[in-house]
Amino acid sequence: MSFFQRLKDSIKQKTEAITGKFVAGLSKTSSAFVSQVSDLFSRRKKIDEDFYEELEEILISADVGVHTVLQLIEDLRKEVRVQRIEEPAKLQPVLSELIMKLMRNEQSLSLKQSDSGLTIYLFVGVNGVGKTTTIGKLAHYLKSQGKSVMMAAGDTFRAGAIEQLEVWGERVGVEVIKQQSGADPAAVMYDAVHAAKNRNVDVLLCDTAGRLQNKSNLMDELNKVFRVIQREVPDAPHEVLLVLDATTGQNALSQAKLFGEKSGVSGLVLTKLDGTAKGGIVIAIRNELKLPVKFVGLGEKMDDLQPFDAEQFVHALFSQMNDEDEVADK
Amino acid sequence: MMAFEGLTSRLQQVFGKLRGKGKLTEDDVNEALREVRLALLEADVNFKVVKQFVAKVKERAIGQEVQKSFTPGMVVIDIVNKELTDLMGGTQSKLVRNNKPPTVIMMVGLQGAGKTTTSGKLAKWLQKQNHRPLLAAGDIYRPAAIKQLQILGEQIKVPVFSLGDQISPIEIARQALQHAKQHGHDYLIIDTAGRLHIDEQLMDELQQVREAVQPDETLLVVDAMTGQDAVNVAESFHQQLALSGVVLTKLDGDTRGGAALSVKAVTDCPIKFAATGEKIDALEPFHPERMASRILGMGDMLSLIEKAQAGIDADKAAEMERKLRKAEFTFDDFLDQMEQMKKLGPLDQILDMLPGMGQMKGMKDMRVNEKQMARTEAIVKSMTKQEKGNPELLNLSRRKRIAAGSGTTLQEVNRFIKQFDDMRKMMKQLMGSSGKPGKGLKNIKNMFGKGMKFPF
Ligand SMILES: Nc1nc2c(ncn2[C@@H]2O[C@H](COP(=O)(O)OP(=O)(O)OP(=O)(O)O)[C@@H](O)[C@H]2O)c(=O)[nH]1
Ligand SMILES: [Mg+2]
Repeated sequence: MSFFQRLKDSIKQKTEAITGKFVAGLSKTSSAFVSQVSDLFSRRKKIDEDFYEELEEILISADVGVHTVLQLIEDLRKEVRVQRIEEPAKLQPVLSELIMKLMRNEQSLSLKQSDSGLTIYLFVGVNGVGKTTTIGKLAHYLKSQGKSVMMAAGDTFRAGAIEQLEVWGERVGVEVIKQQSGADPAAVMYDAVHAAKNRNVDVLLCDTAGRLQNKSNLMDELNKVFRVIQREVPDAPHEVLLVLDATTGQNALSQAKLFGEKSGVSGLVLTKLDGTAKGGIVIAIRNELKLPVKFVGLGEKMDDLQPFDAEQFVHALFSQMNDEDEVADK
Repeated sequence: MMAFEGLTSRLQQVFGKLRGKGKLTEDDVNEALREVRLALLEADVNFKVVKQFVAKVKERAIGQEVQKSFTPGMVVIDIVNKELTDLMGGTQSKLVRNNKPPTVIMMVGLQGAGKTTTSGKLAKWLQKQNHRPLLAAGDIYRPAAIKQLQILGEQIKVPVFSLGDQISPIEIARQALQHAKQHGHDYLIIDTAGRLHIDEQLMDELQQVREAVQPDETLLVVDAMTGQDAVNVAESFHQQLALSGVVLTKLDGDTRGGAALSVKAVTDCPIKFAATGEKIDALEPFHPERMASRILGMGDMLSLIEKAQAGIDADKAAEMERKLRKAEFTFDDFLDQMEQMKKLGPLDQILDMLPGMGQMKGMKDMRVNEKQMARTEAIVKSMTKQEKGNPELLNLSRRKRIAAGSGTTLQEVNRFIKQFDDMRKMMKQLMGSSGKPGKGLKNIKNMFGKGMKFPF
């Protein structure tokens, strides 16, 4: 069975609705990319230096990251030698499988949960990437799974941040624990953790102020928030999710590295995939820092959040190529 | 692992190979430009823009005469920098002003780019120049966006015009303009909701706002961390709204900001402001030439080039390098080197400018002491000609004599000779047998980490 057949089968087992939504969201994103890629593979007759150069450009244009692209191309060259591949068309599935292998989550797809009692997720990231919105969406998502949810307004810095989270709280019907603007975010977290414990809530979602990863004082402040949560609930936070904007380029690597150091990032949320950016930098982050993508944001409404699935991701990224592969299979 | 080396360190290797030729050949240039290309891509400049740019530089560089005081690599860098600054917009560009106030400024861009914060900053900036701006809250979609603008307005005492989130942004803009006219505001800044450039409905809404108030400036707010997609976003906004300028935000981060170049290249709109912090006054006029060197990650390489042009004798420098590599470096050479350094200016600044040194944290702490330098000079001058050429000769009795002759102590002389020795070894490692600085640089870094000091 061909690689894509396997991929198709495995996707079919998933609920059609989710896949449909995912592909719809990504189709805008990937159409340019896909046509470029399939165009490259079908137009080129030889696997030569020009071919590799063009492929390199296509991957770079998806923000995959220079180092990772060079490495992918190197791996591809190796496969070409080993498998004695001569036609560019035969290289499509090889490339897809390379990326798939990189992006597939070995760990379970779902978010880690507490064995006993309260589960806490902390959201971190630079300014404007979509932390607060993602928390609103995730609250909705978890509620629809029957969980009781609470949110902590840990961004006491940005004007209107608390009010923004409160609007989301009303929207999705979830209580928000807050203090006044300018309060110590660690103190807000302390309050929130205790409120969540007292009320026997299942999941507490903690918002934090956006900050650039090179500001050491702000990163230390985040570290303090992290430690307070750790101290109050020993195995918490159960996930620290770094929210990344899909339009971000190479700087996302620096974000993942430095937020990782200060707040023990365990996974990524890739937002704004409903735009034209490809978010390929998550491939580089996965490659270099081993951080998995857990969720993707596909819009501004409360149900525009989907669990990340490497198979769907690659499927959507190469959907046009898939069809061609199918034809070739027959 | 981090892709943040910058062009300077990348080009070190190319520098070495290119040394000492009369004219730049195509091969020379290709080699240097390969590194330039990677540096630009790592800085997030769009690959198409990079392609055009590299082709242009290549055309200009091949056949260029390499002056005596220059290395060929520096010539290439010089051309790259000039072209880049040119492409970036050359000179600074000012905010438009309408003779018939109010001047209307409309802020547009993707979600999370920083429009609201920048609107507040711009108001503050205008206020500082004795203008009377009015802010209009046109983001009716994002929760609490209006509230955010109102808080900012309160902070800086600039009125905010709002009709809540149930009235269309077009109507808000229209009424805000009336309000500005009636109340004698000379600037109106309209904040709008972030939106995707492919969202037809919302882009259409912006066009209607535009028709309603005829803005003098339509500023696209772009996050400096944006990757390859910056060209699509900017091109699309420009097509639909005829932008007049760009504001680059979050430049206080550690991004190289190649998006600036991409946006400039596809819209040909000047970048008018740079936002450099979360504080309300962290907004500056944009300086194209600073951005050029930031994108290239060249630190102060450029000023070193300027100084080299003015000062260093290329023949002597080449000879010195040969000696360093072979560890033939003597006390005489050392004095010579000190003379050259003096000509260039304060030592710590020079060290900062040397390729690769900028990245070394330890270097920053290494204050060079001028007094110490004079004592060192005295020690060297108290050596005989033979001793200067053959450091191995310096036994205890000779050292005692030197200490007495230079008015220093035996301890000081010992320390200096030890440091000189270490330096020779270090230089040898640094240069390596191949002349590549790669591994050696790590060694030198370790040494500084352990508190190693230059012998002056
Ligand atoms: N199109 C789109 N917009 C999104 C998505 N996620 C968030 N946004 C928008 O991005 C903007 C910023 O989102 P926020 O949730 O305020 O971002 P944040 O990280 O909390 O921002 P700060 O707290 O200011 O650092 C808002 O306008 C959101 O509606 C997404 O997946 N797609
Ligand atoms: Mg927020």
